[in-house]
Amino acid sequence: MSGIVVNNVTKNFGDTCALDGVSLTFEPERIYGLLGRNGAGKSTLLNIITNRIFADSGQVTIDGMPARENDEALRKVYLMSEKNYYPESMRIREVFQWTGEFYPEFDMEYALLLAEKFGLNVKKKARELSTGYASIFKVIVALSVNTPYVLLDEPVLGLDANHRDLFYRVLIEKYSEHPSTIVISTHLIEEVSAVIDGIIIIKNGRILKDQSREELLSQGYTVSGSTAAVDRYIQGRNVLGSSVLGGLKSVYIMERCDRTSVPDGLEISPLDLQSLFIQLTNS
Amino acid sequence: MQIKFEDDRPIFIQIAEGIEDSILSGAFPEESQIPSITEFSVNYKINPATALKGINLLVDQEIVYKKRGVGMFVAEGAVRKLRQKRKDTFYQDYIEAMIAEARRLELSAAEIKEMIEKGFEDIV
Repeated sequence: MSGIVVNNVTKNFGDTCALDGVSLTFEPERIYGLLGRNGAGKSTLLNIITNRIFADSGQVTIDGMPARENDEALRKVYLMSEKNYYPESMRIREVFQWTGEFYPEFDMEYALLLAEKFGLNVKKKARELSTGYASIFKVIVALSVNTPYVLLDEPVLGLDANHRDLFYRVLIEKYSEHPSTIVISTHLIEEVSAVIDGIIIIKNGRILKDQSREELLSQGYTVSGSTAAVDRYIQGRNVLGSSVLGGLKSVYIMERCDRTSVPDGLEISPLDLQSLFIQLTNS
Repeated sequence: MQIKFEDDRPIFIQIAEGIEDSILSGAFPEESQIPSITEFSVNYKINPATALKGINLLVDQEIVYKKRGVGMFVAEGAVRKLRQKRKDTFYQDYIEAMIAEARRLELSAAEIKEMIEKGFEDIV
Protein backbone atom coordinates (compact mmCIF):
# COMPACT_ATOMS: atom_id res chain seq x y z
CA MET A 1 0.00 0.00 0.00
CA SER A 2 1.51 3.30 -1.02
CA GLY A 3 -1.50 5.56 -0.78
CA ILE A 4 -3.22 7.84 -3.26
CA VAL A 5 -0.68 9.98 -5.06
CA VAL A 6 -1.92 13.01 -6.99
CA ASN A 7 0.77 14.33 -9.28
CA ASN A 8 0.58 17.78 -10.87
CA VAL A 9 -3.14 17.61 -11.68
CA THR A 10 -4.73 20.49 -13.54
CA LYS A 11 -8.39 20.85 -14.45
CA ASN A 12 -10.17 23.71 -16.20
CA PHE A 13 -13.88 24.19 -16.63
CA GLY A 14 -14.07 26.61 -19.56
CA ASP A 15 -12.28 29.74 -18.40
CA THR A 16 -12.22 28.67 -14.77
CA CYS A 17 -9.16 26.91 -13.44
CA ALA A 18 -10.55 24.47 -10.82
CA LEU A 19 -7.24 22.77 -10.04
CA ASP A 20 -3.86 24.24 -10.83
CA GLY A 21 -0.97 21.79 -10.71
CA VAL A 22 -2.09 19.98 -7.56
CA SER A 23 0.26 17.40 -6.05
CA LEU A 24 -0.33 15.58 -2.76
CA THR A 25 -0.34 12.15 -1.15
CA PHE A 26 -2.97 10.52 0.99
CA GLU A 27 -0.98 8.03 3.03
CA PRO A 28 -2.40 4.66 4.10
CA GLU A 29 -4.42 4.51 7.33
CA ARG A 30 -4.54 8.20 8.17
CA ILE A 31 -7.49 10.56 8.59
CA TYR A 32 -7.27 13.73 6.51
CA GLY A 33 -9.24 16.93 6.50
CA LEU A 34 -9.60 18.46 3.05
CA LEU A 35 -10.46 22.06 3.78
CA GLY A 36 -11.30 24.90 1.45
CA ARG A 37 -13.90 27.56 0.84
CA ASN A 38 -16.78 27.02 -1.54
CA GLY A 39 -15.46 26.55 -5.06
CA ALA A 40 -11.86 26.00 -3.91
CA GLY A 41 -11.62 22.72 -5.84
CA LYS A 42 -12.19 20.08 -3.13
CA SER A 43 -14.93 18.17 -4.93
CA THR A 44 -13.14 18.45 -8.27
CA LEU A 45 -10.08 16.82 -6.72
CA LEU A 46 -12.13 13.99 -5.17
CA ASN A 47 -14.00 13.46 -8.44
CA ILE A 48 -10.76 13.24 -10.41
CA ILE A 49 -9.28 10.71 -7.97
CA THR A 50 -12.32 8.49 -8.46
CA ASN A 51 -12.50 8.94 -12.24
CA ARG A 52 -15.88 10.64 -12.25
CA ILE A 53 -14.24 13.42 -14.20
CA PHE A 54 -10.88 13.48 -15.95
CA ALA A 55 -7.94 15.79 -15.36
CA ASP A 56 -6.67 17.93 -18.24
CA SER A 57 -3.15 16.97 -17.27
CA GLY A 58 -1.29 15.19 -14.48
CA GLN A 59 -2.07 11.79 -13.01
CA VAL A 60 -3.39 9.95 -9.98
CA THR A 61 -2.08 6.61 -8.75
CA ILE A 62 -3.71 4.38 -6.16
CA ASP A 63 -1.30 2.00 -4.45
CA GLY A 64 1.01 2.51 -7.37
CA MET A 65 -1.59 1.81 -10.07
CA PRO A 66 -2.76 4.57 -12.42
CA ALA A 67 -6.35 5.43 -11.49
CA ARG A 68 -7.50 6.49 -14.93
CA GLU A 69 -10.02 3.96 -16.26
CA ASN A 70 -8.51 1.26 -14.10
CA ASP A 71 -11.16 -0.79 -12.29
CA GLU A 72 -8.69 -2.62 -10.10
CA ALA A 73 -7.35 0.66 -8.73
CA LEU A 74 -10.78 2.27 -8.42
CA ARG A 75 -12.23 -0.63 -6.45
CA LYS A 76 -9.91 0.42 -3.62
CA VAL A 77 -11.58 3.81 -3.31
CA TYR A 78 -15.07 4.81 -2.29
CA LEU A 79 -16.32 8.36 -2.72
CA MET A 80 -19.36 9.58 -0.85
CA SER A 81 -20.49 12.70 -2.66
CA GLU A 82 -23.41 15.01 -3.11
CA LYS A 83 -24.45 13.28 -6.33
CA ASN A 84 -26.27 9.98 -6.16
CA TYR A 85 -25.54 7.20 -8.61
CA TYR A 86 -28.40 4.85 -7.87
CA PRO A 87 -32.07 4.88 -8.94
CA GLU A 88 -34.02 7.16 -6.61
CA SER A 89 -36.93 4.73 -6.52
CA MET A 90 -34.79 2.00 -4.97
CA ARG A 91 -35.31 1.12 -1.34
CA ILE A 92 -32.38 1.69 1.03
CA ARG A 93 -31.96 -2.00 1.74
CA GLU A 94 -31.78 -2.70 -1.99
CA VAL A 95 -29.11 -0.02 -2.46
CA PHE A 96 -27.13 -1.73 0.30
CA GLN A 97 -27.48 -5.04 -1.54
CA TRP A 98 -26.40 -3.56 -4.85
CA THR A 99 -23.42 -1.83 -3.25
CA GLY A 100 -22.30 -5.29 -2.15
CA GLU A 101 -22.26 -6.37 -5.81
CA PHE A 102 -19.71 -3.67 -6.66
CA TYR A 103 -17.74 -3.70 -3.42
CA PRO A 104 -17.29 -7.32 -2.33
CA GLU A 105 -16.12 -6.31 1.17
CA PHE A 106 -19.37 -4.43 1.85
CA ASP A 107 -20.61 -5.44 5.32
CA MET A 108 -24.39 -5.71 5.17
CA GLU A 109 -24.76 -6.57 8.84
CA TYR A 110 -22.76 -3.49 9.86
CA ALA A 111 -24.76 -1.25 7.50
CA LEU A 112 -28.02 -2.44 9.02
CA LEU A 113 -26.63 -1.94 12.52
CA LEU A 114 -25.65 1.65 11.68
CA ALA A 115 -29.07 2.26 10.07
CA GLU A 116 -30.64 1.23 13.36
CA LYS A 117 -28.29 3.46 15.38
CA PHE A 118 -29.09 6.49 13.23
CA GLY A 119 -32.79 5.64 13.02
CA LEU A 120 -32.74 5.23 9.24
CA ASN A 121 -35.67 3.23 7.93
CA VAL A 122 -34.18 0.89 5.32
CA LYS A 123 -37.60 0.17 3.82
CA LYS A 124 -37.83 3.76 2.63
CA LYS A 125 -37.04 4.74 -0.93
CA ALA A 126 -33.94 6.84 -1.48
CA ARG A 127 -35.97 9.78 -2.84
CA GLU A 128 -38.16 9.85 0.27
CA LEU A 129 -35.26 10.77 2.55
CA SER A 130 -34.81 14.24 4.06
CA THR A 131 -31.51 16.07 3.44
CA GLY A 132 -30.13 14.86 6.77
CA TYR A 133 -31.15 11.26 6.25
CA ALA A 134 -29.87 11.30 2.67
CA SER A 135 -26.45 12.20 4.12
CA ILE A 136 -26.75 9.57 6.83
CA PHE A 137 -27.64 6.94 4.27
CA LYS A 138 -24.59 7.80 2.17
CA VAL A 139 -22.32 7.89 5.23
CA ILE A 140 -23.52 4.42 6.23
CA VAL A 141 -22.68 3.05 2.79
CA ALA A 142 -19.23 4.69 2.93
CA LEU A 143 -18.49 3.24 6.37
CA SER A 144 -19.63 -0.24 5.33
CA VAL A 145 -17.82 -0.74 2.00
CA ASN A 146 -14.47 -1.54 3.67
CA THR A 147 -12.29 -0.15 0.91
CA PRO A 148 -8.76 0.93 1.90
CA TYR A 149 -9.58 4.52 0.86
CA VAL A 150 -12.79 6.32 1.79
CA LEU A 151 -13.41 9.85 0.58
CA LEU A 152 -16.21 11.76 2.29
CA ASP A 153 -17.39 14.91 0.55
CA GLU A 154 -19.47 16.90 3.04
CA PRO A 155 -20.48 13.89 5.14
CA VAL A 156 -22.37 15.88 7.77
CA LEU A 157 -24.42 18.05 5.42
CA GLY A 158 -27.84 18.56 6.98
CA LEU A 159 -27.13 16.38 10.03
CA ASP A 160 -28.37 17.66 13.38
CA ALA A 161 -25.92 17.99 16.29
CA ASN A 162 -26.84 14.58 17.73
CA HIS A 163 -26.32 12.78 14.44
CA ARG A 164 -23.03 14.61 13.80
CA ASP A 165 -21.84 13.54 17.24
CA LEU A 166 -22.83 9.95 16.50
CA PHE A 167 -21.14 10.13 13.09
CA TYR A 168 -17.75 11.21 14.55
CA ARG A 169 -17.94 8.49 17.20
CA VAL A 170 -18.84 5.77 14.71
CA LEU A 171 -16.12 6.97 12.34
CA ILE A 172 -13.42 6.87 15.03
CA GLU A 173 -14.58 3.48 16.28
CA LYS A 174 -14.57 2.05 12.76
CA TYR A 175 -11.14 3.56 12.06
CA SER A 176 -9.70 2.19 15.32
CA GLU A 177 -10.91 -1.31 14.60
CA HIS A 178 -10.32 -1.39 10.82
CA PRO A 179 -7.90 1.40 9.88
CA SER A 180 -8.29 2.84 6.39
CA THR A 181 -7.44 6.14 4.78
CA ILE A 182 -10.28 8.56 5.37
CA VAL A 183 -10.48 11.94 3.68
CA ILE A 184 -13.11 14.31 5.04
CA SER A 185 -14.05 17.40 3.11
CA THR A 186 -16.07 19.68 5.36
CA HIS A 187 -16.85 23.26 6.33
CA LEU A 188 -17.39 22.34 9.99
CA ILE A 189 -13.72 22.71 10.82
CA GLU A 190 -13.96 23.09 14.57
CA GLU A 191 -15.86 19.82 14.93
CA VAL A 192 -13.48 17.78 12.83
CA SER A 193 -10.25 19.38 14.07
CA ALA A 194 -9.40 16.80 16.72
CA VAL A 195 -10.46 13.86 14.55
CA ILE A 196 -8.16 14.51 11.59
CA ASP A 197 -4.42 14.20 11.74
CA GLY A 198 -3.48 15.37 8.25
CA ILE A 199 -4.63 18.74 6.99
CA ILE A 200 -4.85 19.91 3.41
CA ILE A 201 -5.99 23.46 2.78
CA ILE A 202 -6.89 24.26 -0.79
CA LYS A 203 -7.48 27.75 -2.16
CA ASN A 204 -8.38 28.72 -5.71
CA GLY A 205 -7.32 25.31 -7.03
CA ARG A 206 -3.92 25.31 -5.32
CA ILE A 207 -2.64 23.53 -2.22
CA LEU A 208 -1.94 26.10 0.45
CA LYS A 209 -1.04 23.75 3.31
CA ASP A 210 -0.37 20.02 3.48
CA GLN A 211 0.82 19.09 6.96
CA SER A 212 -0.05 17.21 10.10
CA ARG A 213 -2.46 19.11 12.35
CA GLU A 214 0.06 19.32 15.14
CA GLU A 215 2.77 20.69 12.88
CA LEU A 216 0.46 23.23 11.25
CA LEU A 217 -0.94 24.53 14.52
CA SER A 218 2.50 24.79 16.09
CA GLN A 219 3.54 27.14 13.31
CA GLY A 220 1.19 29.93 14.23
CA TYR A 221 0.00 31.83 17.26
CA THR A 222 -1.95 34.91 18.22
CA VAL A 223 -0.56 37.77 20.21
CA SER A 224 -2.72 40.39 21.87
CA GLY A 225 -2.27 43.47 24.01
CA SER A 226 -2.26 47.23 23.68
CA THR A 227 -2.15 48.36 20.05
CA ALA A 228 1.18 50.15 20.46
CA ALA A 229 2.91 47.17 22.11
CA VAL A 230 1.51 44.70 19.58
CA ASP A 231 2.55 46.91 16.65
CA ARG A 232 6.06 47.10 18.04
CA TYR A 233 6.19 43.31 18.52
CA ILE A 234 5.00 42.36 15.02
CA GLN A 235 7.69 44.37 13.20
CA GLY A 236 9.36 42.02 10.73
CA ARG A 237 7.09 39.08 11.57
CA ASN A 238 4.90 37.04 9.24
CA VAL A 239 1.46 38.51 10.03
CA LEU A 240 -1.65 36.78 8.68
CA GLY A 241 -4.29 39.16 9.92
CA SER A 242 -5.43 41.20 12.85
CA SER A 243 -8.43 42.52 14.73
CA VAL A 244 -8.82 45.64 16.84
CA LEU A 245 -11.12 46.22 19.79
CA GLY A 246 -10.77 49.67 21.27
CA GLY A 247 -7.12 50.04 22.33
CA LEU A 248 -6.60 46.28 22.18
CA LYS A 249 -5.16 44.51 19.19
CA SER A 250 -4.90 40.80 18.33
CA VAL A 251 -2.64 39.64 15.56
CA TYR A 252 -2.35 36.22 13.94
CA ILE A 253 1.27 35.34 13.28
CA MET A 254 2.44 32.48 11.09
CA GLU A 255 5.76 31.43 12.50
CA ARG A 256 7.01 29.43 15.45
CA CYS A 257 6.58 31.22 18.74
CA ASP A 258 9.68 31.96 20.76
CA ARG A 259 8.09 32.75 24.10
CA THR A 260 11.28 34.26 25.49
CA SER A 261 11.10 37.01 22.88
CA VAL A 262 7.63 38.10 24.00
CA PRO A 263 7.67 41.25 26.12
CA ASP A 264 5.63 41.45 29.34
CA GLY A 265 2.11 42.71 28.87
CA LEU A 266 1.52 40.81 25.64
CA GLU A 267 -0.60 37.70 25.73
CA ILE A 268 0.24 34.70 23.55
CA SER A 269 -2.27 32.02 22.69
CA PRO A 270 -2.26 29.13 20.23
CA LEU A 271 -4.11 29.24 16.94
CA ASP A 272 -7.11 27.05 16.52
CA LEU A 273 -7.61 25.39 13.16
CA GLN A 274 -10.73 27.34 12.25
CA SER A 275 -9.17 30.77 12.95
CA LEU A 276 -6.06 29.75 11.05
CA PHE A 277 -8.18 28.57 8.13
CA ILE A 278 -10.15 31.83 8.04
CA GLN A 279 -6.98 33.91 8.10
CA LEU A 280 -5.30 31.83 5.40
CA THR A 281 -8.25 31.74 3.04
CA ASN A 282 -9.64 35.25 3.40
CA SER A 283 -9.24 36.80 0.00
CA MET B 1 -12.06 14.04 33.07
CA GLN B 2 -12.61 16.68 30.44
CA ILE B 3 -10.87 17.73 27.26
CA LYS B 4 -11.02 21.42 26.37
CA PHE B 5 -10.24 21.97 22.75
CA GLU B 6 -9.73 25.71 23.25
CA ASP B 7 -7.15 24.99 25.95
CA ASP B 8 -3.56 26.18 25.48
CA ARG B 9 -2.20 22.70 25.98
CA PRO B 10 -2.21 20.08 23.21
CA ILE B 11 -4.93 17.43 23.40
CA PHE B 12 -2.51 14.55 24.06
CA ILE B 13 -1.18 16.35 27.15
CA GLN B 14 -4.73 16.89 28.36
CA ILE B 15 -5.47 13.19 27.91
CA ALA B 16 -2.42 12.26 29.97
CA GLU B 17 -3.29 14.78 32.70
CA GLY B 18 -6.92 13.67 32.72
CA ILE B 19 -5.84 10.08 33.36
CA GLU B 20 -3.41 11.28 36.04
CA ASP B 21 -6.24 13.16 37.77
CA SER B 22 -8.41 10.05 37.62
CA ILE B 23 -5.63 7.96 39.17
CA LEU B 24 -5.09 10.53 41.95
CA SER B 25 -8.81 10.76 42.69
CA GLY B 26 -9.10 6.99 42.86
CA ALA B 27 -11.40 6.72 39.84
CA PHE B 28 -8.73 4.53 38.25
CA PRO B 29 -7.21 2.62 41.22
CA GLU B 30 -3.76 1.01 41.05
CA GLU B 31 -3.69 -2.33 39.22
CA SER B 32 -7.12 -1.64 37.69
CA GLN B 33 -7.72 -1.61 33.94
CA ILE B 34 -8.18 1.76 32.25
CA PRO B 35 -10.29 2.31 29.10
CA SER B 36 -8.74 1.34 25.75
CA ILE B 37 -7.34 3.73 23.14
CA THR B 38 -10.51 3.19 21.10
CA GLU B 39 -12.73 4.00 24.08
CA PHE B 40 -10.81 7.19 24.86
CA SER B 41 -10.80 8.35 21.24
CA VAL B 42 -14.47 7.58 20.63
CA ASN B 43 -15.52 9.19 23.90
CA TYR B 44 -13.60 12.44 23.32
CA LYS B 45 -13.94 12.32 19.51
CA ILE B 46 -10.22 12.57 18.95
CA ASN B 47 -7.86 10.84 16.55
CA PRO B 48 -6.69 7.51 18.05
CA ALA B 49 -3.07 8.51 17.38
CA THR B 50 -3.58 11.49 19.72
CA ALA B 51 -4.99 9.28 22.48
CA LEU B 52 -2.12 6.84 22.01
CA LYS B 53 0.43 9.64 22.25
CA GLY B 54 -1.10 10.84 25.52
CA ILE B 55 -1.19 7.39 27.07
CA ASN B 56 2.36 6.65 25.93
CA LEU B 57 3.52 9.60 28.03
CA LEU B 58 2.21 7.71 31.06
CA VAL B 59 3.63 4.41 29.88
CA ASP B 60 7.08 6.03 29.56
CA GLN B 61 6.82 7.27 33.15
CA GLU B 62 5.71 3.78 34.27
CA ILE B 63 2.43 5.14 35.61
CA VAL B 64 0.45 2.97 33.22
CA TYR B 65 1.55 -0.35 31.75
CA LYS B 66 0.29 -2.43 28.84
CA LYS B 67 -0.56 -6.11 29.05
CA ARG B 68 -0.36 -7.53 25.58
CA GLY B 69 -3.74 -8.64 24.30
CA VAL B 70 -5.51 -7.61 27.51
CA GLY B 71 -5.32 -3.85 27.85
CA MET B 72 -3.79 -1.08 29.92
CA PHE B 73 -3.48 -0.96 33.70
CA VAL B 74 -2.52 1.52 36.40
CA ALA B 75 0.90 0.59 37.77
CA GLU B 76 1.45 -0.23 41.41
CA GLY B 77 2.90 2.85 43.13
CA ALA B 78 1.43 5.19 40.49
CA VAL B 79 -0.36 7.36 43.06
CA ARG B 80 2.81 7.94 45.09
CA LYS B 81 4.76 8.70 41.92
CA LEU B 82 2.18 11.16 40.65
CA ARG B 83 1.93 12.95 44.00
CA GLN B 84 5.70 13.41 44.03
CA LYS B 85 5.71 14.64 40.44
CA ARG B 86 2.99 17.20 41.12
CA LYS B 87 4.62 18.33 44.37
CA ASP B 88 7.76 19.02 42.38
CA THR B 89 5.91 21.32 40.01
CA PHE B 90 3.52 22.84 42.57
CA TYR B 91 5.61 25.98 43.05
CA GLN B 92 5.82 26.59 39.31
CA ASP B 93 2.20 25.65 38.58
CA TYR B 94 0.44 27.49 41.41
CA ILE B 95 2.69 29.73 43.50
CA GLU B 96 4.22 31.68 40.65
CA ALA B 97 0.82 32.47 39.12
CA MET B 98 -0.55 33.42 42.55
CA ILE B 99 2.32 35.80 43.28
CA ALA B 100 1.95 37.44 39.88
CA GLU B 101 -1.75 38.08 40.51
CA ALA B 102 -1.02 39.24 44.08
CA ARG B 103 1.44 41.82 42.73
CA ARG B 104 -1.14 43.13 40.27
CA LEU B 105 -3.62 43.52 43.13
CA GLU B 106 -0.98 44.86 45.54
CA LEU B 107 -1.64 42.14 48.10
CA SER B 108 1.11 41.69 50.69
CA ALA B 109 2.82 38.43 51.61
CA ALA B 110 1.15 38.62 55.04
CA GLU B 111 -2.29 38.95 53.50
CA ILE B 112 -1.66 35.97 51.22
CA LYS B 113 -0.42 33.84 54.13
CA GLU B 114 -3.54 34.69 56.09
CA MET B 115 -5.74 33.67 53.16
CA ILE B 116 -3.90 30.37 52.78
CA GLU B 117 -4.37 29.58 56.47
CA LYS B 118 -8.04 30.51 56.29
CA GLY B 119 -8.38 28.31 53.20
CA PHE B 120 -6.94 25.31 55.01
CA GLU B 121 -9.45 25.79 57.83
CA ASP B 122 -12.54 26.49 55.70
CA ILE B 123 -12.12 24.23 52.69
CA VAL B 124 -12.57 20.56 53.33
